[in-house]
Amino acid sequence: MTAPLLEAQELVLQVDGRILVRDMSFALKAGEVWCLLGPNGAGKSTFLHAAVGLRAAQGGALHLGGKPLAQWPAEAAARQRCFLPQSFHDAFGASVLECVMLGRHPYLSRWQWEGEHERELALAALHAVDLDGFAQRDVLTLSGGERQRVALAALFVQDAPLLLLDEPVSHLDLHHQMLVLEHLVQLARDRGKGVLFTVHDLDLAARFASHALLLTPQATALHGPVDAVMTEAALGAAFGHRVTRIEAAGRVLFVPG
Amino acid sequence: MRRTLLIWLALAAAALAAFALALASGSVRLPPLDLLHALVSPGDGIAGEIVTRLRLPRALAAFAVGGLLALAGALMQVLLRNPLADPYVLGLSGGAAAGALGAMFAGLGLLAVNLGASVGAFVAMALVFAFARRDFARQQVHGALDASPRLLLTGVIMAAGWGALITLTLTLAPEARLRGMLFWLMGDLNGVESWAPALITLALALALMLPAARDLNVLLRGEALAHALGVRVAPLRRRIYLVASVATALAVTTAGAIGFVGLVVPHALRLALGNDQRMLLPASALAGGTLLLLADTAARSLIAPQQLPVGVITALIGVPAFLFLLTRKPGRIA
Repeated sequence: MTAPLLEAQELVLQVDGRILVRDMSFALKAGEVWCLLGPNGAGKSTFLHAAVGLRAAQGGALHLGGKPLAQWPAEAAARQRCFLPQSFHDAFGASVLECVMLGRHPYLSRWQWEGEHERELALAALHAVDLDGFAQRDVLTLSGGERQRVALAALFVQDAPLLLLDEPVSHLDLHHQMLVLEHLVQLARDRGKGVLFTVHDLDLAARFASHALLLTPQATALHGPVDAVMTEAALGAAFGHRVTRIEAAGRVLFVPG
Repeated sequence: MRRTLLIWLALAAAALAAFALALASGSVRLPPLDLLHALVSPGDGIAGEIVTRLRLPRALAAFAVGGLLALAGALMQVLLRNPLADPYVLGLSGGAAAGALGAMFAGLGLLAVNLGASVGAFVAMALVFAFARRDFARQQVHGALDASPRLLLTGVIMAAGWGALITLTLTLAPEARLRGMLFWLMGDLNGVESWAPALITLALALALMLPAARDLNVLLRGEALAHALGVRVAPLRRRIYLVASVATALAVTTAGAIGFVGLVVPHALRLALGNDQRMLLPASALAGGTLLLLADTAARSLIAPQQLPVGVITALIGVPAFLFLLTRKPGRIA
């Protein structure tokens, strides 16, 4: 029995004295795709930052691959989990290829340069996010959605067992939302990756995720298989807005009422 | 990798050519053969004396100072993730100038002026570090994922304070000392004797930053991303700040606040050659050194025997060259 990729034990997260997450425990295992749901300011990004090690927890513990987060050396942690931040601010230009190959940083030794292997991985990842032919473009010339897909490609070449993504499809058009989420599901199914992503589109969450983690303004967290968590009552209470669950075209849809 | 080596070789060749030009030109022009002779056997004749006693130390100082400024500029731009950053943006040159002008105001000699400049630079560096220490120390984020804007604001406000102090000194200074002060503020290599500290600092700064050059590439894309990719962000940012500050302090102490080299050289190289810090840091040092060496040669030979402040020349070369690069069409990157 292998350890869960990410495990929270009675986790407490606090921002400026406000408790966002209280005594949350769950385990994310290989092959599972979790959506992280909740209203604005409920602590979705805060939790992701804690899971990446960008902020400390105020109580409880976070384990990465069975080992407490703090015990992971920086480079080893970067080979175990990867993280997509919510936004990017490129102050300086660089080629798309260079930006994607940065994802191999944790695997290269100090004086090693990216070679043919890294280049091939990067081009394959660019293909996966439908950015063929973009390798030599300057990232400063890209649209928001294209820049986000470049960041996703960098994440794919980082090739960590656990993928933590903060709004991976927020800037993407319909087709590329599908493309990226299908790729994430495929990574979980075929290669045993664990995925945790925040998303505001409940329909996409229900369609692609196997599990859900729902944060509420009351600092309680619901978690479990998607169907068990994403009920009309729970979603309505969490978002403070009535939600009707319908089934159409073989899919589960949520209509705000 | 191969391309990087070629770039370095080309820049090194340019530096050598600039050295040859600097040693040969001046109020006494030396043809190539005489220059070679003077370098090989400096003992005989007036030519040997001029080259080894006067021109070579000044050329070495110019190269080292230019290299330090360009390297510090490249590092500050990464640290602050801001294209407008230069070695002086955090107020280091202001502190150094306040120290140097204070010593001049008191009528002290060259040694005391240099000492005043270094003390001022290190005071400025320590103040910014103390005020922004939370940004350097934190391992975690609060709210915004980026610490850089606050560090930049701290430095800018310190620079404004130093500026007021400098203006006050200039206002109160006796007429006879104003010219020396203005030359110092513009940056001037006239009478520079010690080149070794600057050159050694340049070598040390490169040796300290080159092993982390790929980390800098990652840091440039954001601190959260760098952390996620296994970079220890807080120690790296402290290292960048300290190396860039010490480099700037040495440059300013040696030759005054020479402008434009630190801002323009890293940018020009970035625009022309790309933004890989592994290539860029040594290339900046070489190109910055070469630019300042050429500018200084022009400064002392254009209207010889009178000398111009070299800062004027760097600005006159730097501004149009930079504007040309900026207005080129962006798009694909080599």
